[in-house]
Amino acid sequence: MGGVMLERRAVVAKLLENRDNALVISGLGSPTYDVAAVSPSERNYYLWGAMGGAVMMGFGLALAQPDLHVIVITGDGEALMGMGSLATIGANQPGNLSIVVLDNEHYGETGMQQSHLGMGVDLCAVAAACGFTQACSVTTEAELQTAVSGFHETGATKFLLIKVSPETPPRVMPTRDAVENKITFRRALGTA
Amino acid sequence: MSSINWQQAVYDVIKSGDIKLIGYVPDAGHAALINSAKADDAMREVVMTTEEEGIPLCAGAWLGGMRSLLLMQSSGVGNCVNMLSLQRSARLPMVILVTMRGEYAEFNPWQIPMGSTTQAVLELCGFKVERVESEADAAETVQAAIDFAFNSNVGVAVLLSQKMLGRKKWVE
Repeated sequence: MGGVMLERRAVVAKLLENRDNALVISGLGSPTYDVAAVSPSERNYYLWGAMGGAVMMGFGLALAQPDLHVIVITGDGEALMGMGSLATIGANQPGNLSIVVLDNEHYGETGMQQSHLGMGVDLCAVAAACGFTQACSVTTEAELQTAVSGFHETGATKFLLIKVSPETPPRVMPTRDAVENKITFRRALGTA
Repeated sequence: MSSINWQQAVYDVIKSGDIKLIGYVPDAGHAALINSAKADDAMREVVMTTEEEGIPLCAGAWLGGMRSLLLMQSSGVGNCVNMLSLQRSARLPMVILVTMRGEYAEFNPWQIPMGSTTQAVLELCGFKVERVESEADAAETVQAAIDFAFNSNVGVAVLLSQKMLGRKKWVE
């Protein structure tokens, strides 16, 4: 696979380039740096901890803001830690929530140890079995293009598992102050 | 006051406190509240696979401007511990109603370790904790918890004592 693997930051840039007023929750580690690097916005909430919570945070936000597209961008390790959340979301099928897992099959923040997704576990099949109305795995540029078209159209509970190379692009660090991020985000939404 | 009445009174203050979302892992002591939420079109209720899911659920809802509340048993508090860092880091308003096990007339010794540490765990994690021993105090205490949480951006847990809830019936 080597050279043809998708690059995480280019993937996130492509997914978010036409985001308009969409809301983004980023999971701790590289996804937070990726979102900060390519799509900085007051409508982003960057997690630096609470591992396993990104998906549910997106669900809570999607329930509170049913008219906006809520996008969770997280890593495979983070998503695995909250795997039960996929069942909770599948049972409710919010039409404005998209879960994007950037799957490099490793725990990038802690020394690139292999994750379950590099050991045969199919998280996309889990999401489909949990009742996500769209669950697809993306490994090529062409598949990414298909996934991007219509990505921001609501009406489906989406799960995208995007295989990316285990590179570590330069860290772009957004605020680590969770209170500041909360206030900025809520002001942007008019809920503060 | 009958058991139906205190739980209805608690549900009434949840409604008047503008709570629009209830996350829960089922517990017999919360059954009446869960049924009230399910019967109420204006209340969204979410059954979760683990109590830990409830902390980011509430956090996300609050970012979006919605007030929510969690129902769990004392054993579930232990499942939340690291996730509670989200509440504390972001100073989020959060209300958790906890049905206690492992105390008065407990039948199952496995409930004792977590039940006996529930209050201390919550306090170590930065939550304010109120304990309710009598049905007459339940609604007022929950109302105070909602006011406290949403006015002061704190996490508040209300522990509903096992003595008040009554002995678990093992044989119908």
